[in-house]
Amino acid sequence: MNVIAFYIAAVIAIVATVLVITLKNAVHALLYLAVSLIAVAVIFYDLGAPFIAGLEVIVYAGSIIVLFIFVVMMLNLGKRATASEAALLKPAMWIGPVALAAILIGEMAYLLEHGAMGVPAASVVTPRAVGIALYGPYVIGVELSSMLLMAALVGAYHLGWHKQPKLEIQDVSREYGTGTDAGRDSIRTGSGRPAGAA
Amino acid sequence: MFKLLFLVPAIPFASFLWLATVGPRTSRRAVAIVGVGSIAACALLSLLLTGSYLVSPPLGGAYTQVLWTWIAAGGFTPQIGLYLDVLSLVMMLVVSFVSFVIHLYSAEFMLGEEGYSRFFAYMNLFVASMITLVLANNLLLLYLGWEGVGLCSYLLIGFWYQDSVNGAAAQKAFIVTRVGDTAFAIGLFLLFTHLGTLDIQELMRRASEQWSTGSSLAITAAALLLGGAVGKSAQLPLQTWLPDAMAGPTPTSALIHAATMVTAGVYLIARTHVLFSLAPPAQFAVAVVGAATLLLAGCSSLVQRDIKRILAYSTISQIGYMFLALGVGAWSAAIFHLMTHAFFKALLFLAAGVVIQALHHEHDIFKMGGLRRDLPYGFWGFVIGGSALAGLPLITAGFYSKDLILWHTWSSPQGSIALWIAGMIGVFLTSLYIYRLIFLVFYGDKKMEVSHRSHWRIKLPVVALCFLSIVGGFVNMPRALGNVTAFTDLLHASLPEALEANKAGMTEGLSEGLAAISFGCGLIAAYVLFLRRRSIANALGASSAGRAIHRFWFADWGMDWIYDRAFVRPVIWFSTIDRNDFIDAFYDGVAGLTELSWRALRATESGRVRWYAAWITAGTVIFVAIALWI
Amino acid sequence: MLAGILFALGVVGLLVRRNLVFVLMSVEIMLNAAGLAFVSAGARWAQADGQVMFIFILSMAASEVAVGLALVLQLYREKQSLDLDSVDEMKG
Repeated sequence: MNVIAFYIAAVIAIVATVLVITLKNAVHALLYLAVSLIAVAVIFYDLGAPFIAGLEVIVYAGSIIVLFIFVVMMLNLGKRATASEAALLKPAMWIGPVALAAILIGEMAYLLEHGAMGVPAASVVTPRAVGIALYGPYVIGVELSSMLLMAALVGAYHLGWHKQPKLEIQDVSREYGTGTDAGRDSIRTGSGRPAGAA
Repeated sequence: MFKLLFLVPAIPFASFLWLATVGPRTSRRAVAIVGVGSIAACALLSLLLTGSYLVSPPLGGAYTQVLWTWIAAGGFTPQIGLYLDVLSLVMMLVVSFVSFVIHLYSAEFMLGEEGYSRFFAYMNLFVASMITLVLANNLLLLYLGWEGVGLCSYLLIGFWYQDSVNGAAAQKAFIVTRVGDTAFAIGLFLLFTHLGTLDIQELMRRASEQWSTGSSLAITAAALLLGGAVGKSAQLPLQTWLPDAMAGPTPTSALIHAATMVTAGVYLIARTHVLFSLAPPAQFAVAVVGAATLLLAGCSSLVQRDIKRILAYSTISQIGYMFLALGVGAWSAAIFHLMTHAFFKALLFLAAGVVIQALHHEHDIFKMGGLRRDLPYGFWGFVIGGSALAGLPLITAGFYSKDLILWHTWSSPQGSIALWIAGMIGVFLTSLYIYRLIFLVFYGDKKMEVSHRSHWRIKLPVVALCFLSIVGGFVNMPRALGNVTAFTDLLHASLPEALEANKAGMTEGLSEGLAAISFGCGLIAAYVLFLRRRSIANALGASSAGRAIHRFWFADWGMDWIYDRAFVRPVIWFSTIDRNDFIDAFYDGVAGLTELSWRALRATESGRVRWYAAWITAGTVIFVAIALWI
Repeated sequence: MLAGILFALGVVGLLVRRNLVFVLMSVEIMLNAAGLAFVSAGARWAQADGQVMFIFILSMAASEVAVGLALVLQLYREKQSLDLDSVDEMKG
């Protein structure tokens, strides 16, 4: 395992994450999140899990972050939101959570010190082995996660659906005097097309 | 035949159960048939038992029927046992017959009331309890019957419970008799502790063996039993409940507060007469209580306006006579007077019911007048009953029984001239107040119109009791007039004979003659004051002394006032100032603590997600810490 | 260790921010950190299980994000703001 690569990637990940939680502009924060995720992918590769590294980039950074960005952009918050966000985020609010987190990290450090952890092995676990494991002992997990994804899909669809107000269909053809339907133009079609589902 | 003895209390009890559970859903006719029929069966059975007893008395003069053992705890084994000797036979006969007559009367009298089956259920329970009381072979069972009649008295006085006045009267009755009952219970404890049994005959035997005459234990026990009797029979100083108990329906007043329950005290003392003989001071106290009560109640009855209250005070007064008789050792005379009193007092109450019902529940005698033609049954009922009460010579039962008592107050070793004079004055007062009532209600100008006619179920009982009030006395006539001693001889099987000390100055005949004169004076005075020259009565009443005395006697010689000041107010004051003592603070503290914790827990439910998340995190941290370091 | 730090940072972000989108982001951070922990454990013992777990975590994160963002849209429609503290109707 390449130690230097590990530490560089680790530092990048930490810094990016800190920026994510402190920035006020949502889109900026998301971009930094993407950076953090990519850094973690590098660590995965370093640990000998190339398949997972690729998966992290494609799925996590690629689709989930992009989804976030779509939604943020759709909400169209603008500068006003950024300003209000600044108002909401006071320094005094940081104290409690930081304290809790510090204790948590401390406990973690304690565990690692006293645990029986050694240096990670440098072997690579091939995707083939992962595939065999998935469809061997973990096949039920696969089924369940597919059901979960289905449920999420339906749920998200339903939650995101809302009726848009129907506006009049301007009968252009009547104005032009022809009797066919082809000339009809709709100013705005909005008959409940689901908004928000990617 | 005697084996059927247990049916006498059992039949009314069974009919009570039926009436209480099924009764309200059946028709009035069915309720009346069951309610009256059971008592009729009871009365019939008593008659048959009496006949059987007289024809072939059981061995030793008494028949005991033990049904089962009630409690078996170490040395304490009271039984459910019935004891039939002459005394309980007479009592049973009187109670069942008078109850039957009154039940028949109330089948019609209570017809307009809702709660018809409830009424009969209570009345039947009452009869069952009273029969248990008189037939009990041990004091604990007697106490059970005692409490049962007290309960039924409460239930029936407060029969029209929607009016809180009736409820208050019922409570007063129950609480005042409770005071007596407590004394009775303590007496039972004492008797059991020292003599080891509560079976009456055994108890009397042991008492006479182990306690000498005048021993303090005997006196204490007798005094405590006297306390119980005083409460139940409404004697001084616990008589305050009986006038207010007239809030109940008239048949109730007739049955319970005239003929049966209030005589339970007399029965108790007669039953435990051995004890009283062993305690002369207690027996003297009985006589004094009786004499004082009869005078006091007689005076109070003279100034009342409510027709039933007059009769209530009259009951108190007559029971005073019975107590007087018991106190001077004339046991049979007391029971004789109990029997005749049951007849004529029940008659008086039933006739009063006729009047009240006819006048739309009007009770005030000054609003009545001139009813003798419109209400013949009421009129003759009152005349015959009232004359028996006052002791019209020769033809009424009351004359014979009262005179027997008066003679014994003079002649008995425990009697004294003071008691005899008290009795004589009582005769005058009795005659005065009852004829006052009769003249005011039935003579003079008519003030209210009669609106209700009675039917056979009311008329028949009245007639029957009239008959008994006249002939009931013939079972025992004094020496000068034929010397019939059938009744007292009968009772001497279980009650000792009244002794006659040879005191000079009076013979029986002279005593009777003076009593008759006393009666006559009362009658004439009533005639003059209330019929002929009302002005004299009004003038007497209007004078300042007259007004004061009137107020004093009207309020029962201030007894209620005394009790209120001496007992009620201090208790209320004390409980008011004790409202917030430290024990209350403890309970309030518990409630306050609960409220505090509620407030605290409520604060944690803020509805804000971040708040919850923060607490989850904190909790996780803490638990991990615990897992690591403990 | 790294996973622990990242996780802790995610927790802080979750608690501090009031904007719902940021909260969801913090949740993603936490999930990612957990996944990192799993993978490194799997690599430590050269087994495939860690990666398998990570795949599951990933799919779960994806579905959760989908639903979560739909909820964000709902919230915005109802309240015209994304302040998490404004949805305290279930208090008391």
